[in-house]
Amino acid sequence: MIALLMRDLKLAIRAGGGFGLGLAFFLIVVVLVPFGVGPNSGLLSKIAPGVLWLGALLACLLSLDRIFALDWEDGSLDLLATAPLPLEAIVSVKALAHWLTTGLPLVLAAPVFAILLNLPIAGYGPLVLSLLIGTPALSVIGTFGAALTVGLKRGGLLLSLLVLPLYVPTLIFGAEMARRSIEGLNAQTSLLMLAGITCAVIALLPFASAAVLRVNLR
Amino acid sequence: MELNVSDLTVIRGGIKVLEGVSFAVRAGEALVLRGPNGIGKTTLLRTVAGLQPALQGEVSLDREQMAYAGHADGIKAPLSVTENLEFWAAVFGTGSIAPALQAFDLEALAARPAGALSAGQKRRLGLARMVVTGRPVWVMDEPTVSLDTSAVQLFAEAVRAHLAGGGLALLATHIDLGLAEARVLDVGPFKAKPPALEDFDGAFL
Repeated sequence: MIALLMRDLKLAIRAGGGFGLGLAFFLIVVVLVPFGVGPNSGLLSKIAPGVLWLGALLACLLSLDRIFALDWEDGSLDLLATAPLPLEAIVSVKALAHWLTTGLPLVLAAPVFAILLNLPIAGYGPLVLSLLIGTPALSVIGTFGAALTVGLKRGGLLLSLLVLPLYVPTLIFGAEMARRSIEGLNAQTSLLMLAGITCAVIALLPFASAAVLRVNLR
Repeated sequence: MELNVSDLTVIRGGIKVLEGVSFAVRAGEALVLRGPNGIGKTTLLRTVAGLQPALQGEVSLDREQMAYAGHADGIKAPLSVTENLEFWAAVFGTGSIAPALQAFDLEALAARPAGALSAGQKRRLGLARMVVTGRPVWVMDEPTVSLDTSAVQLFAEAVRAHLAGGGLALLATHIDLGLAEARVLDVGPFKAKPPALEDFDGAFL
């Protein structure tokens, strides 16, 4: 399992692996929003948590179809399925590798990008915390979507449509937590809901992902 | 060890392609599957390797004993030859990759990125993976595609060494490997009969 994780990380970092794609997209969204909204720092700081969360979510979505598509094309998915690793472990490792190469950089970059959106000082901690708790759910749900659409040519559109509704609860509670903290309200409920969603998808979805992968490999 | 396949019916895309396939391969033996394109050799091999379920029939050995090589080699272009093999060695929990590199004459290419290899060299790397798996049953689909004559000899040597070590092999190939241990099975006679249509009409009457 560690070998698979290391291989995926190596592939992501080397040329053509798509590392940084999500980060660049996130940067573009965050840089362009102030131009679109206009130079109103009050308005910007009001929408900052939502925009940052939305940018992170879309950046995550961008790289989802690579999770299994590359392994499917070159045949290594077949070979992995016959390897002594259970498919549930394979999909979990794939989701972890996706989070480490996409989710984690977004979490780390968010406080820097938040300056561009004039996020109030009180919002930095809660925003990073909510992204840290919420982005693993995005990767795990995305892996499920990628497993569903593996083998489809240009499956990215279908993948986005399938995954977006599943992302909604994470987005709502993640942005809500950051927003409530900024306004000085109690954000504990949002935090617990967000953590609950993440725990539930990490516990349950790998089994669903492995099952659909088995069907798709036939 | 013996691989027994009894009365196997395999399906592709919901349609039966082969039915009633039975054969046995003992340790130290290789079975070569022959048959025209589209007869279902690949489907049969994938079913035996456990990648897809059979409609009917049984395969005596567990899929954990088998190593499968399909049309695609599963090679990662950005990784070097050594890294590719070391990954599979780690996944299968086997040790050194040196024998595999040697068996397929890949030592000189070991540090090269796999993406820079020629088609035949890639295939040799894909076949070297089989040695690395350390599994007793090799299930291989057209292993000699894009190999030149000397590479085919290397492959035949590797299969011979595998068989001599108590392993067995199931191959679909049209090339004569010159293996004394190999038997040939023509899968043509197992072709599934088209489903009877009378019942279909009957449902509407």
